[in-house]
Amino acid sequence: MTNKTSNLLLIGAIILIVVLTLYFFPNAEFMGADGLAEDYITESQPDYKPWFSNIWEPPSGEIESLLFSLQAAIGTGIVAYVIGYYKGKKKAV
Amino acid sequence: MKKLLVLLAILSPIPAFSMHIMEGFLPAFWSMFWSVVYLPIFILGFRKIKQLLVEKPELKLLLALATAFAFVLSALKLPSVSGSCSHPTGVGLGALLFGPWVMSVIGVLVLLFQVLLLAHGGITTLGANAFSMAFIGPVFTWLIFSLANKLGMNKKVAVFLAVFVGNMATYICTSAQLAFAHPDVINGVTTAFYKFVSIFGLTQIPIAIIEGLLTVLVLNLLSDHVPMRFDFLSQYKKRS
Repeated sequence: MTNKTSNLLLIGAIILIVVLTLYFFPNAEFMGADGLAEDYITESQPDYKPWFSNIWEPPSGEIESLLFSLQAAIGTGIVAYVIGYYKGKKKAV
Repeated sequence: MKKLLVLLAILSPIPAFSMHIMEGFLPAFWSMFWSVVYLPIFILGFRKIKQLLVEKPELKLLLALATAFAFVLSALKLPSVSGSCSHPTGVGLGALLFGPWVMSVIGVLVLLFQVLLLAHGGITTLGANAFSMAFIGPVFTWLIFSLANKLGMNKKVAVFLAVFVGNMATYICTSAQLAFAHPDVINGVTTAFYKFVSIFGLTQIPIAIIEGLLTVLVLNLLSDHVPMRFDFLSQYKKRS
């Protein structure tokens, strides 16, 4: 199996996992929040109070999405750049 | 009543935290403890990177790639079978390319970004989170791959397993850290540990699988084009 085939299969598998999850659990909330882990701790230890709070929090879900997207985008850009660089270098040889 | 709550907690699809302990959720003692434990690991990692860049400056680009990969994966909120979302870590790739020590620094970079800009994880929990994600995870990834390699396993399968186990090891470590800090009031640390593991375990499995698949994907792309002299990659290509 060539790498190309292998890669396509891998991408396919990843998409499949995500799609199937969303398909089989249409009513799940898919909350990502760390919030309910906090809830769990406060349930079992009602006296515990976090003693430090975040220096800064994104003012809204939208801004949070922006920052996550930026993080993913910049990271992907660098990954693609490096792969492309080596691909080009190989061709030039 | 407590047992009922626990049962409900285990059975209901509770949103998982993405393996990072939230700001302020480690009592001061534990916060200090993990920070102190982690510091030498960080310093060692820092020295290793310096040494690496001096000896093999051509690795700079790959290092950037490993860092960027960790950045991307940490930003992906993936839905999971437990009905919640979680993030992969992305440190597996770097751990395989460079060894676990280097990741101790890179992981901290990713964590800092997420703490300062996304209120994800915390400064007081940085040591603990780094220990699980930037040390334990990479170490297990590295160990499992070395083992699988010795057993003659197909390289791609070995990578997948190594990254999968590393991801799970990270979250198990985090569960342990939380259990030490928040032992069950009646039954102590062990019970709390099992509770955390069982609550968050199911969520992590598909995430770890996806991370494994993504890592193999990127390694495939790299091994096609990056010159053979990069040790890990040349080995990877030889017997895939």
